[in-house]
Amino acid sequence: MKRIYLDYAATCPVDKRVLKEMLPFFSEKYGNTGSLHSFGQEAKIALEKARERIADLIFAQTEEIIFTSSATESNNLILKGLLKKNDHLIISCIEHPCIKETAKFLKTKGVLVTELKIDKQGFVKDLEKSIKKNTALISIIHASNEIGVVQDIEKISKVAKRNKILFHTDAAQSFGKIPINVKNIDFLTASSHKIYGPKGAALLYIKKGLKINPLLHGGGQEQGLRSSTVNIPAIVGFGKAAEIAKKEIQEDYKKQIKLRNKIITQALKIKACYLNGDQNKRLANNINLRFSNIEGEALTMKLDLEGIAVSTGSACASTKLEPSYVLLALGLKPQEAHGSLRISLGKYTREQEIDYFLKILSQSVKELRKLSPFK
Amino acid sequence: MNYSKKIIDHFKNPRNYGKIKKPSAVGQVGNKVCGDVMKIYLKIENDIIKDIKFETLGCLVAIANTSLLTTLVKGKTIKQALKIKKEDLVKKFGKIPSIKIHCSFLAVEALKKAIENYYEKSTNSHVRRNR
Repeated sequence: MKRIYLDYAATCPVDKRVLKEMLPFFSEKYGNTGSLHSFGQEAKIALEKARERIADLIFAQTEEIIFTSSATESNNLILKGLLKKNDHLIISCIEHPCIKETAKFLKTKGVLVTELKIDKQGFVKDLEKSIKKNTALISIIHASNEIGVVQDIEKISKVAKRNKILFHTDAAQSFGKIPINVKNIDFLTASSHKIYGPKGAALLYIKKGLKINPLLHGGGQEQGLRSSTVNIPAIVGFGKAAEIAKKEIQEDYKKQIKLRNKIITQALKIKACYLNGDQNKRLANNINLRFSNIEGEALTMKLDLEGIAVSTGSACASTKLEPSYVLLALGLKPQEAHGSLRISLGKYTREQEIDYFLKILSQSVKELRKLSPFK
Repeated sequence: MNYSKKIIDHFKNPRNYGKIKKPSAVGQVGNKVCGDVMKIYLKIENDIIKDIKFETLGCLVAIANTSLLTTLVKGKTIKQALKIKKEDLVKKFGKIPSIKIHCSFLAVEALKKAIENYYEKSTNSHVRRNR
């Protein structure tokens, strides 16, 4: 059976050009970046080249890029490394769990947290109203991992600046997919495996002059902010992936937005099918659909049996049975959230795959509705 | 996900789904908020379940389990049907992720509720007749 991958928001395959760049760094150029000899030097050169390529993509300076192992780590690093007791933190209610849970942890350490609500389209609201005298950081996700809605971070960063508050954005889903300029951003999180790089590499951008504390103490790698032997193969891959993204960002965007809009238009023709999140200000690769009177996990499994990989909007399939908090925040009822599906496209997605997917989707929805006690 | 062939088969080709036009009894459990709703229709003659149909809003396990249950119950007496335990379905299907076990319990609960409904109806009609 042919398999169709439509879950690029979860992770991506490694681009073959990326893999090629990485391979020598496993068994040939395996030096430690901290060593003085030629092995160490070639590793160090590769590390700095990767840093340049990444800095170039977001208009940063090289020394502003700190490599970590995951977006989760970067998000933990910025929140835990910056905030102290009695500081006030503003996040949104649709942050990824690695921000939400870290904020929850910091609450136990005396940090005060405000979660901004979102409107029916998925945009954060009431930011200015929530600012307090002791607000130390605003951290807002750039593009939602579930509904793909892209927040106006230019506007948010201006509000932060005007109030002399630092601004962080989790750009794991948007980095390399839409142009980002860090000029008005103090901290930014991005990840390698969402842009066709390997898993195990990510970054935290820290604007020059800003100081935070590390999570890991040790040998002092990454300007003392991330002690650990540097994961050179993964970082080299991340750098190459960023270089490719810089070149191909426009072309990928155009191609994906066409496919995305095709899916939205066609899917909305299915009876009682709705789009979750704003139709226009969303990632070119994200579609989040909702179907009345069927359950998202059953639909995901039905598609999987036909070789199509998508993700359920509801968290039912994973460890929790509660519906997605992002969808509930949009104002959906639990039963509506349970009937949701996330489809995320990538640069390897082809139009024939989308046609096949749409055919199977409408068929599967029909079949599940036949079984449902609610019509 | 690694479900057994049997569970996948019941999910792909559910047996006995739909409605019974004039059922002897109906049982429904679950609610839309938690995501799973199961409805079982029974046609009972002389204490024998002549026909059973189901409708399920729920996940793969929920759908497959109700389907499996209907095949176990059809043609059996009410007494036999009541003997089916929640654990029996889990055994028949082999491994189910532990978080999904409650979904399989709902099917048995819906059946019990339908049988209760049958008893209620027949008691009521006795009462009516005796008046």
